[in-house]
Amino acid sequence: MDYYNLQPILLGIDRYMNSIMPGWLVTVLEGLAVGIFIMLMYIILAIILIYMERKVCAAFQCRIGPNRVGGKGGLLQVPADVIKMLTKEVITLKNSDKFLYGLAPFLVIMASILTFSCLPWNKGGEVLHMNIGIFFVLAASSIGVLGILLAGWSSNSKYSLIGAIRSGAMIISYELSIGISVLTMVVISGTMDIQGIVESQAGAWNIFRGHIPAIAAFIIYLIAGNAEANRAPFDLAEAEQELTAGYHTEYSGIHFGFFYLAEYLNLFITSGIATTLFLGGWMPLHIAGLDGFNAVMDYIPGFIWFIGKTFFIVFLLMWIRWSFPRLRIDQVLALEWKYLMPTSLVILIVMTICKVYGLIF
Amino acid sequence: MAITLQEIAFYAVAACITVFSILSVTTGKILRAATYLLFVLLGTGFIYGILGYTYLSAVQLIVYAGGIVVLYVFSILLTQSANDMKYSIRKARILSILLTCAVGAALVIFLVVTNDFALNTIPQGEELNVKEIGHALIGTGKYQFVLPFEITGVLLLACMIGAIMIARKKQ
Repeated sequence: MDYYNLQPILLGIDRYMNSIMPGWLVTVLEGLAVGIFIMLMYIILAIILIYMERKVCAAFQCRIGPNRVGGKGGLLQVPADVIKMLTKEVITLKNSDKFLYGLAPFLVIMASILTFSCLPWNKGGEVLHMNIGIFFVLAASSIGVLGILLAGWSSNSKYSLIGAIRSGAMIISYELSIGISVLTMVVISGTMDIQGIVESQAGAWNIFRGHIPAIAAFIIYLIAGNAEANRAPFDLAEAEQELTAGYHTEYSGIHFGFFYLAEYLNLFITSGIATTLFLGGWMPLHIAGLDGFNAVMDYIPGFIWFIGKTFFIVFLLMWIRWSFPRLRIDQVLALEWKYLMPTSLVILIVMTICKVYGLIF
Repeated sequence: MAITLQEIAFYAVAACITVFSILSVTTGKILRAATYLLFVLLGTGFIYGILGYTYLSAVQLIVYAGGIVVLYVFSILLTQSANDMKYSIRKARILSILLTCAVGAALVIFLVVTNDFALNTIPQGEELNVKEIGHALIGTGKYQFVLPFEITGVLLLACMIGAIMIARKKQ
């Protein structure tokens, strides 16, 4: 089980570094290394996700998708777009609050990176580890909406403002459903520590352990997570026909790139948290009683399980995105307040009853 | 004497909090004031984190930064607010403001002097377990606070009913 545990290696490196240099330098160097690692993962995953989105979208619309740049399959299309975006001019607007205008993309990307660094990649392979892990994820992700609101206001444009208010109202509402369905899974796991939640699924993944309430919570989480990431059918914040591009209409160059990056990474983070809570994180598929099967599954490293399951959920969310039409703002809010939130409260109670009476596996 | 990284982080964050607090009351633009307030609250959350109260730090983030500041910004966006808030203030009012500040500062300095410095008394880098907080909140024994917890709940319910009563349409 422990062949792929990263902790001994990392602790070994830490001990070696401590033996050749002073302690504060070690901390600074390790912090830098981890920061660079997070940034690199962030940009690489964004490129992969954007490429995947284009290909999946094309498949759903019976097209081929990008196929010219970079030989077969258009593999270099997204890197080329990234270079284009990086070299574009950053426009400053007249009559707008320049400080807030510049700050907004950074707030969005900060919230996204903070939540990104809580994902459990492997056994012993998480960056931010606290015993309230999943609660911190909810807290950090709630800052992102502020960036969107500030972006809309400081652009000094009615399109941006309407987009930002729509997006703000929607994200604040759907945070409730996400919070309650996360709470449901905290009840079944008995801990808020992200690694603890993964460890508690060693016997079976939560979605199997918690049977009916867990599956219902999973569906609610997916719907609300889609709304949190501002993606269709909840993309009315940037409804092209009505609002040009919503809250980031007035942004260009790298500032727009930040919003775009954060949107795709939020998709990945939503899926990663769903994987952690419902599909066992890096935990291999275990079936009680089949010891040989379990042993074979254990030979597949944890990070492959995690990334595989996360991309499976990413695919589910893209499937939803390219299958459903956009909702109106009143429909979006009615869906949350009249249906999703009461349902998730009922699910929370059902899950608690199941847990108390031992009705989970 | 050697200063630890934690102390450096503490003083850096404390300096940020001071600067942004002053900026948030001296700025003339209402949305900027809200943004500076956000930084102050983030800094407070960070200090809780340094002291090992990660739960409190996350609560600070989700309630104040993600809740209350968002509410402020939202209401500023929805209302037609004047962009500049340059009011002329009377001399008597300035005097009363200064007096209030002096009393507040005296109280804070008194508390700091009579108690130990927080960074020295609280075990650093050790997280408080969530289970302890949970038991303290809903337990009935000594140092357990079920009654305040429930009363706060009732208070919030009353606030919500009041808000709905005010906001609903007239029949």
